[in-house]
Amino acid sequence: MKICVLIKQVPDSGSVLRIRDDESWVEEDKLVFTANESDSYALEEALLLKEAHGGEVIACTLGPERSRQVLKDALSKGADRAIFLHDESFNNLDCNGLAKVFAKVLEKERCDLILCGLQADDTGEAAVGPMLAQELHLPHVTMVVQTELLDGGLKVKQELEGGWFRQVETSLPALLTIQSGINKPRYASLRGIMAMKKKELRELSATDLGVPATELAPMQTLKRIYVPVKTKETVYLEGAPEEVVAQLVDKLANEAKVL
Amino acid sequence: MGKILAFIQLDDGQPNRNALEALQGGQQLAADMGHQLIGVVFSASSPQQLQFKMDQIITAAAPELELYSADTYVAAMAQIIAAEQPDLLIAGHTYQARDWLPRLAAQISRPLISDCIGFQKGAQITWVRQVFQGKVHADVTTGEGLDIVSFQAGAFRHDRLESGSPAIRSQEVDLSAVEVQVRAGEPFQDTRSAVDLSRAERIVAVGRGIGDEEKLALVRELAEALGAELGSSRPVVDYGWLSHDRQVGSSGQTVAAKLYLAVGISGAIQHQVGMKNCGCIVAINKDANAPIFEIADYGIVADLFEIVPRLTAAIKEHRSA
Repeated sequence: MKICVLIKQVPDSGSVLRIRDDESWVEEDKLVFTANESDSYALEEALLLKEAHGGEVIACTLGPERSRQVLKDALSKGADRAIFLHDESFNNLDCNGLAKVFAKVLEKERCDLILCGLQADDTGEAAVGPMLAQELHLPHVTMVVQTELLDGGLKVKQELEGGWFRQVETSLPALLTIQSGINKPRYASLRGIMAMKKKELRELSATDLGVPATELAPMQTLKRIYVPVKTKETVYLEGAPEEVVAQLVDKLANEAKVL
Repeated sequence: MGKILAFIQLDDGQPNRNALEALQGGQQLAADMGHQLIGVVFSASSPQQLQFKMDQIITAAAPELELYSADTYVAAMAQIIAAEQPDLLIAGHTYQARDWLPRLAAQISRPLISDCIGFQKGAQITWVRQVFQGKVHADVTTGEGLDIVSFQAGAFRHDRLESGSPAIRSQEVDLSAVEVQVRAGEPFQDTRSAVDLSRAERIVAVGRGIGDEEKLALVRELAEALGAELGSSRPVVDYGWLSHDRQVGSSGQTVAAKLYLAVGISGAIQHQVGMKNCGCIVAINKDANAPIFEIADYGIVADLFEIVPRLTAAIKEHRSA
């Protein structure tokens, strides 16, 4: 079984974000970057499937130079090889464009299964996975919380809203978007890190892929980002911990009357 | 006059709440842009509840649409778009919409602006959406032609829908050639939840900020002192530290407690939709930019480990006084 996992590098969830003066994006120089959370679960699921059924796991990312790290991490955890899509012209892709670029790579790789996280924690569009499935004319299932390989197909458990689920069967090849919590992502072992250095990490540009820039022209433009204006009047309690706690107990007892 | 199509998702024949909220956004957009608003349901008849101001409701029915599948929904909507030539397609950002709208957008090569929380009018509409889990907002614009837009739960108010008696028109869709690539079973719930948080008067909810399973004891003690149920955000359940029936949010329970004390929870929208209607919301988080503070009545920007044990002691003292 040949599995490709798409991984996006995003700022760590604990990051304090500072918006650039031109409001085009956040300042990146002091941010700690990591693999997108649900993508880490997708990688683990691919590694588990490979361990159970044999095959190959390919990790793939698209992004600036720094995002090479998520591929090294994936290789250290057990991915067999990695593909780094890196090109100046990829910087402003929208989700349609991203899906087209990934499709160029994956139509050559002919994987049995493509896994990605359900959404990126930075842009949060939850769009590239199903769009890529469409570009490749593959079936897809979103928000998968369990996978089971069948003879010639796949049975998965899909999360619906409000604690509901359903079982879905699909033929292979297929694309799944993976929900967090599906497994316990592993850490890289020292041996894994040593082995990583010998594994293939192939970098591909727009020219290598043969994607004409005209096909990738973004249809949507990010004009500016900003800290939202608060709509609710939050009372902030400040001071030493003891004072803050005393204030809160007083507010809960006498103002909100919920104690 | 331009056209806005509003897809109204039906769950067991009933309009989905998030879809109705999006429809209210559609009413605002139609008024602002001077466009027609046309509801679309995938059903042979329009549900009686849809007595809202729209220029028309299109009903599209086919045996292939009776059980949801992305393949048939995409094909049906693509046919309706081809016939209607709308300027805008809107929908609620439900789990189902997340499954098929991107696929539709890719098939017809149109932009999808997903999970929007609003819009600003102008010479050109600006779509507003959240990035970085709600910590930051982004303004997005598009070029000429059809936009596909999904609206976040709560972006608009379904109780503010203007009423009306729209004309109903059925639209032929031919899906006989569509190959349904995935076969889905009936929805089910895993286990009857042992904990019913929806009835809890007080909830102490814990998030990723707790950092360590062993530290959960601190929050349990606070919950006990308050006579509160213990709830959590998704990561704590994902890590296996608490069972799924403790989870509050879009994939867990929706609660309406008098007191909701969020400890180390950043408050991504997926969590907020499950708890924002609580009476009094207290947030304790060291990140002043955490979106939970957007909806908190009382905010404490501090290390939870500095606050929680002292709060437990103070609550015990208050209650015994």
